[in-house]
Amino acid sequence: MITKLKLEDLAVRRGGRMLFEGLSLDLAAGEAAALVGRNGAGKTSLLRAIAGLVGLESGTIGFGGAEAAAARADHVHFVGHLDGLKTARTAREELDFWTLWLGGTEAAAREAAQALELVPLLDLEVRRLSAGQRRRLAMSRLLAAPRALWLLDEPMSPLDSTWRERFGAMMAAHLAGGGMIVAAVHDPLPIPARILEIGA
Amino acid sequence: MSRLGALLRREIVLAWGRGGGPLVSVGFYAGVATLLPLATGPEPARLAAIAPGAAWVALALASLLSLDRLFERDFEDGALDLLTLSPVPLELACAAKCLGQWIATGAPLALAAPLAAIGLGAKPDLAPLIFVCALLGGLAFAFTGGIGAALSLGARRGGLLTAVIVLPLFVAPVIFGGGALDSFANGLPWRPGFALLGAYAASAVALGPLAMAAACRNALS
Repeated sequence: MITKLKLEDLAVRRGGRMLFEGLSLDLAAGEAAALVGRNGAGKTSLLRAIAGLVGLESGTIGFGGAEAAAARADHVHFVGHLDGLKTARTAREELDFWTLWLGGTEAAAREAAQALELVPLLDLEVRRLSAGQRRRLAMSRLLAAPRALWLLDEPMSPLDSTWRERFGAMMAAHLAGGGMIVAAVHDPLPIPARILEIGA
Repeated sequence: MSRLGALLRREIVLAWGRGGGPLVSVGFYAGVATLLPLATGPEPARLAAIAPGAAWVALALASLLSLDRLFERDFEDGALDLLTLSPVPLELACAAKCLGQWIATGAPLALAAPLAAIGLGAKPDLAPLIFVCALLGGLAFAFTGGIGAALSLGARRGGLLTAVIVLPLFVAPVIFGGGALDSFANGLPWRPGFALLGAYAASAVALGPLAMAAACRNALS
């Protein structure tokens, strides 16, 4: 379990353009950060950099003493626009596979499906799900495989108002349990969060 | 079930789910094998001489067909991102994907290879060796092909680029496998060629995943 996320003097360059420089953030267990900024400012790139998918131009990312590769392997969730779901497979197959891959149990997957009201959808192919249902299926991984740090890329965008509220409660419960959240958002998060402006 | 076992199963199911991809490869294989006698003339003596080699080259080409989607699909839908967030090294995940490719596509092609060769006029007693060579060669094709598929990630017309990258890597198994079959057909020692084919497949299995994982990381960043 990691209990800290420390970004120090981060700079990320994409396609020859410096997206941001000198970015720092210190997040402790139970805290959330909201990344704001215009389109293309580098919010997604910062999330991908924390997940270890994008290289840094300079700066360091610390996970409270844990080795970065080990921390990412076991303690980091990444839910973005691309949800990794195969349209030809059923929701159940996809939930079960990703739960196993990310280190969750079958029982936890069942519970997550119930919490996100996915049970009646589980036998449908992913291609039959609406955008909001697909996002809920992707979010079910967050509950099915407990990991400390959630990296969320505009998690609310395809959700209706009921589910935005419920997802807010889900995030609050995660923080109350000692988790951390870094989310790229356009609308304010429904939980208390540090605002970090990117590319200002 | 272990993570890698689940990934392997998923790969095989996905390969067969895409409109029966392996069957398309087998159909392509049958098509190429049928075209050859039309081009070279149908005299049995000439056909029988080139049958094992022709069946073998057609196999290499058919193995190329399904390669372009091996990593591309996961790259486009974000699954490759998630595959990195696991205690399983990306190298092993790549190996599991190639193994799935071999089982889903290489094995049906290996079953079709003796039929194609005999159809072209090869002696039936060649069939077992053709099958084993095709199975072993398929392993080499899957693991070297994976390197090309990973390297061409994100490129426009990635499938064509994969073929251009991979065909030079197919030279060695085509020479060794074709040589072993030719020697066997002519009553010469065939074991050296077969052993070299096995060695090439083994080194592809050992080294291919390192190159694939590096290429995937590069494409994601």
